[in-house]
Amino acid sequence: MPSGSAPPVDAAERVVRAEYPRILATLIRVTGDVDTAQDAVQEAVLRALQTWPRDGVPDEPRAWLTVVARRCAIDGIRRDAARDRKEGEAMWLLDDEPPPPPDSVVRDDLLRLVFTCCHPTLSMDAQVALSLRTLGGLSTTEVARALLVPEATMAKRLTRAKQKIRQAGIPYRVPPDDELPRRLAGVLSTVYLMFNEGYAAGSGDDVLRPQLVDEALRLGELLYDLMPDEASVTGLLALMLLHDSRRDTRAHDDGSVVLLADQDRARWNAEEIRRGVELVGEALRRTPNEPDPYAVQAAIAACHALAPTYGDTDWSAIISWYDVLLTVQGTPVARLARAAAVAERDGAEAGLMCMDGIHGLDDYPWFHASKAELLTRLGRPDDAADAAERAASLGLNASHLRYITRSR
Amino acid sequence: MPQYVAFIYSADVDWSQPDEGQQAMMAEYGAFGEAAAAVIRGGAVLYPTATATTVRVSGGKGGDVLTTDGPYAETKEVLTGFYILECADLDEAVATAAGIPGAWSGAVEVRPVIPRM
Repeated sequence: MPSGSAPPVDAAERVVRAEYPRILATLIRVTGDVDTAQDAVQEAVLRALQTWPRDGVPDEPRAWLTVVARRCAIDGIRRDAARDRKEGEAMWLLDDEPPPPPDSVVRDDLLRLVFTCCHPTLSMDAQVALSLRTLGGLSTTEVARALLVPEATMAKRLTRAKQKIRQAGIPYRVPPDDELPRRLAGVLSTVYLMFNEGYAAGSGDDVLRPQLVDEALRLGELLYDLMPDEASVTGLLALMLLHDSRRDTRAHDDGSVVLLADQDRARWNAEEIRRGVELVGEALRRTPNEPDPYAVQAAIAACHALAPTYGDTDWSAIISWYDVLLTVQGTPVARLARAAAVAERDGAEAGLMCMDGIHGLDDYPWFHASKAELLTRLGRPDDAADAAERAASLGLNASHLRYITRSR
Repeated sequence: MPQYVAFIYSADVDWSQPDEGQQAMMAEYGAFGEAAAAVIRGGAVLYPTATATTVRVSGGKGGDVLTTDGPYAETKEVLTGFYILECADLDEAVATAAGIPGAWSGAVEVRPVIPRM
């Protein structure tokens, strides 16, 4: 039955999209091969999109899609077997049609797929591409467009990744408990990289690539659904939601950046802020002794999200959260962000002094961009121009730079 | 079970005449060999690259045999030996490779072996 008042085609597409990764994960377990599973699920999706808008979305869409995909897989394997005269190999699949797997099995299938796509022996590029393709259900063309890579390059990258999974024997399983924290950290950094790629597009003139952001959020929700007790999963979802709540206010119509101070807070996404703040609390309560770095960064984002105006921002609270962050993640980038907060509370001179004490960021464009901004405020245009030039030479987004080099 | 070759790239030392530090390393290799005995299917330790000869045949099959003195590639770390490992999957192969002393100061490249047809 078509749900609600949405047009039937949209409703069918939405359901298919939501169920895709789970069905794919189950089919990979059943067939033991990513490509076979992908082809079968693709065919089931096509059939759903042909028939559902006409007949209505079935009551159990996941079961429907799984059964159809399974039949397609069997047909495909039979075809291949006939061609290769290897009849015997496919036989195990041809048992009587089993009932659709229960939710707990689907959950495990999906977790296995998550950890396989984000296996540390795959390059980060490959992990992101595979995650978008299999967990996000994007087509190769869409993945290529989202990551600004030529389609042929992306097709090759995906093929190579799947080949490595198969030939090098990357296991399709959830890592054992003793490895889980490290492996989960790898999964989360892949998702966060995807989010950041989309949120602060590093190159070119686009400030935002919304599709990547949407996919990262979707993956964040999926991981939270699968692992609601992991503080880092909760923390990352909170962090992404709170950043994303400002999405619509971050760029002018011409694509140039609107800084936090100048954003129209009335247009921030109140629902994402509400949910993000709730999740921050949840994540921090789970690990009170050693707070999760994502959760702490989300707490900082929450301070911004909850300030009614830029002038009302509680910079002391933000600096305190940065101090907490430095105890669990003492990176130079975190120090830089703290220095920027100090500049807001105690003035540009104090912020600049903090920045001068940071080592290891000479090749980080934002380091020079932040300095350029403070130097501009201090009325030192020549020094500011030097710093901005350095940021530009390190590849900083053009629209950000236009803003920085403009005196206030 | 899949097989993997673990190629060891490390300092170009003469394992046939180990000095004191290298003897300690050899003891570590001995310990690794015992610990990983269940998955080791073979392997070899190589003489240093000073003994290597690189062979090329110019113009393809049947052409002139050209030899050069030295390893295929001049690099700081060189191929000094290898193990053949039989492991359940890449995770086990990587975990095993991490126990090879060469990985602690150099690097170990793990490559899956194409199964015999």
